[in-house]
Amino acid sequence: MKKAKQTAAPAAVMGRKTLKRRLVSNWQLYAMLLIPLAVTIIYKYVPMYGIQIAFRDYKASRGMFGSEWVGLEWFRRFFSSPNCIRMIKNTVLLSLYSLLWSFPIPIILALMINQLRFHRFKRVVQTVLYAPHFISIMVVCGMIRIFLSPSGGLINLLMGTNIDFLTEASAFRTIYIASGIWQDAGWGMIVYMATLSNIDTTQYEAAKIDGASVFQRIRHIDIPELIPTIVLMLIMSAGNLMNVGFEKVWLLQTDLNKATSDVIAVYVYQQGIENAKYSYSTAVGLFNTVVNIILLIIVNKICSKMSDDVSFV
Amino acid sequence: MKAIAKTSRNNGRTTGISDRTSDIVLVVFCIAILLVIAYPLYYVLIASVSNPYDVYAGKTFFLPSGFTLDGYKAVFADSSIVTGYLNTIKYTVIGTVFSVVMIYLTAYPLSNRELPGRKFLSIFFIITMYFGGGLVPTYLIVKSTGLIGSMWSLFLPGGVAVGNMIIVRNFFENSIPKEMIEAAEIDGASKWTTFIRIVVPLSRSIMAVMVVFSMVAYWNDWFTAMIYLPDPESHPLPLILRNILIKSSASASQASTISGGYAELNKLTELIKFSSMIVAAVPMLIIYPFVQKYFEKGFMAGAVKG
Repeated sequence: MKKAKQTAAPAAVMGRKTLKRRLVSNWQLYAMLLIPLAVTIIYKYVPMYGIQIAFRDYKASRGMFGSEWVGLEWFRRFFSSPNCIRMIKNTVLLSLYSLLWSFPIPIILALMINQLRFHRFKRVVQTVLYAPHFISIMVVCGMIRIFLSPSGGLINLLMGTNIDFLTEASAFRTIYIASGIWQDAGWGMIVYMATLSNIDTTQYEAAKIDGASVFQRIRHIDIPELIPTIVLMLIMSAGNLMNVGFEKVWLLQTDLNKATSDVIAVYVYQQGIENAKYSYSTAVGLFNTVVNIILLIIVNKICSKMSDDVSFV
Repeated sequence: MKAIAKTSRNNGRTTGISDRTSDIVLVVFCIAILLVIAYPLYYVLIASVSNPYDVYAGKTFFLPSGFTLDGYKAVFADSSIVTGYLNTIKYTVIGTVFSVVMIYLTAYPLSNRELPGRKFLSIFFIITMYFGGGLVPTYLIVKSTGLIGSMWSLFLPGGVAVGNMIIVRNFFENSIPKEMIEAAEIDGASKWTTFIRIVVPLSRSIMAVMVVFSMVAYWNDWFTAMIYLPDPESHPLPLILRNILIKSSASASQASTISGGYAELNKLTELIKFSSMIVAAVPMLIIYPFVQKYFEKGFMAGAVKG
């Protein structure tokens, strides 16, 4: 804030002409922004405004903004639907367990790989770890289905069993989370590796001379350096807590594992696109978003109290 | 990076056993991780050239058994897969050009600190990262703008890839010398000429990263196509794979090319699962290592400046 005032002061002294001149002299830059702005307004902001169909009884003939106002009717209907509690519970638990497992692993990986002293090997490790991130979720789910197949699937072959994992509701979360870690732990590591590469190497040298072991160096140099990034990433993940990846759940869902795989995102898709219940689906989606935003704000408050350097939004 | 490796290697001689032990532990640990990550992919690769019966009997843990290329032959003989492949290539090329142009057109003006309204405009774009209209309202707008069934429904609703745009904006702010831009403008070059002649050529590394990120996103996307493209002829590869991998159904064109009865068809269906996954995954896996060092740097800029 202070800085803004300081820079604003000389401009004010030079008079209003400067602002006008600056607007005119930058016209080409504004022109560049025209198409991105138009696309963003049409396909991002108009749909946001269109969320109001959650409170209306959408009829194609009367349009998004002219259909009859029904207040909270759709929300009432969602909360009284038989699977409502199960879906909310599944959504929260699936993402909470995902977060608990997949959040720390990239940090641990980064700390360890950062200690590797063989440059070539380190690059190979990094390259291989990124690979699964570049594979389509469709292919990953295909692999999961084949590997978990009760007859001749890799996992069953290795364990000498013939369990049909995808029909076991109790196995669904493990499958979802483990495959998520396989696919994205390496990618999640990049941000921490980048932070660690900023550390002044003389710190390590000094620590070594003082006789610090590898673990002491990690504890006293690396981890403190990572804390702000960790907090930031934690806030961002918390803001996505209710955004369970629709694609993977949908592709791995079977009739028999619905007790744990039935989540809000899939329901929003089925009701909205497959059954064309536009208003109802929007209401359910909005409920999901609102819970998300509340979580984001709570976590952000807690984290900004814990550390002063990091703020978000 | 190299400097770190070198100095610590020199010191390694004097720091005694504990460092050496930890090195060994680390290397063993990393090899274990490498195996966990790479083995599933390797397994799919060898299974794709093996006799499916051997695969299901557990004879292909390390090497292919009953080597065959029938799976790949069938994949490239299947008209729906080939159409899907060509569609995916088309969408990826056009989508990538569209995305990168949008990112550049947004990032450059927003990197100019003198631009009045810069802060407001930045926030205007950033909001869309955290909040959106949701599935149905977006669908209805896409529908009412007449994009259903059109290839543009895959690109336009995504708008500007804001996360990537911020990385590029930070790159412009930090890595392109302001003096060069000012000098060009003093010499009479317009903002647009400066952008095309100086900024774009100087930002090739970050552009490579954006190209790869966009390519990967479009190459792997199927959900958007599933919603907005009703015609199976225009489906991209991953959506075609859904029938093969998830629904486990042989396509009509496969069935017609097989003469050996149900058992043969079944065998081929299983083989195609593996070979089609390889065919879908390999192009992106070949491309990303070329820009790996750039995206690591890009993340650094993004991480520091948020």
